[in-house]
Amino acid sequence: MSAVLFFIAAIGALAGAIGVVVIRNPFYSVLSLVSHLIALAALFLLLRAEFVAAAQVVVYAGAVMVLYVFVVAYIGGADNPLHRPGSSLKFLAPLFGLAVAIELCIAMLGTALKGISSKGAPYVPGFGTPEHIGKLFLTTYLFPFEVASLLLLVAAIGAVVLARRRRGLEPDDAFEARLHIPRGVFTGTMAEAAGFRGGAGTAPETQAQTEPVGAHAAGEREPSEGGW
Amino acid sequence: MAIGWYLTVSALIFCIGAVGVITRPNPLVILLCLELMLNAGNLALVAFSRMWGHEDGQIFALIVMVVAACEVTVGLGLIVAIYRRQLPVNVDDLNELNG
Repeated sequence: MSAVLFFIAAIGALAGAIGVVVIRNPFYSVLSLVSHLIALAALFLLLRAEFVAAAQVVVYAGAVMVLYVFVVAYIGGADNPLHRPGSSLKFLAPLFGLAVAIELCIAMLGTALKGISSKGAPYVPGFGTPEHIGKLFLTTYLFPFEVASLLLLVAAIGAVVLARRRRGLEPDDAFEARLHIPRGVFTGTMAEAAGFRGGAGTAPETQAQTEPVGAHAAGEREPSEGGW
Repeated sequence: MAIGWYLTVSALIFCIGAVGVITRPNPLVILLCLELMLNAGNLALVAFSRMWGHEDGQIFALIVMVVAACEVTVGLGLIVAIYRRQLPVNVDDLNELNG
């Protein structure tokens, strides 16, 4: 029974992996990766790693992949070429992958590890449960746990800094135009609060119904006309 | 199933991911293929954890998942920044640092 499940999950994982590389549209690549991750979670369950399998489905296939889907939808998932045009990598890359695969298989066949052909250590009840993992995280591996939380914080701040809209990137006149939008009176601008234009506290019939907001307050008009 | 079968699957997934990283020109798909390679490493770690009967390998796998999540957020932030500046979303055209 476990052999049947293993082959189903392994074929699913390999098919998902091949789909990520072969499909042209990035959106369907992401969906293929989701199926790959779920098949991999089944393999984790067969290896009795319950908590890792649950985290894989919830965190990876749930949260991280949603991030991918949003970015693909934002950028536009147009069909991309599979290879760089006019490149010899089209033939060299599969050869390279095959060479690495053969090398890893040779390493596995020639290993001195006895346990590699066994079914693993005898099963202890509670192996891989959240209780055991949590106990390890809070005792032996406390420092890596804290470092991981710090790393997540740094990555979140870095993503916000990288993806935010920067002022310096847009043309100057567009930025200037945004500063000089005329505002109606009694809309709670800073110029009204300072008494430079009509609004709170002053008479409503003051001039500057369409006066630009900002540095161009009523009192500062004359020196700019006089010049040096 | 013997542990060797899991390691074989892990090696194959790693190689497929490596081929994808080399061939695909779209940085988004390159990030996806990096995920494949990290997951192959995770599978090997969990398989060895089962082989020895210790949970330490699963701790390693969880930490790898955290690092992969960080890599994804920063990488996707970079891709969004590239797209905002109207640069081509293609690793071959982004060769400003190519001396």
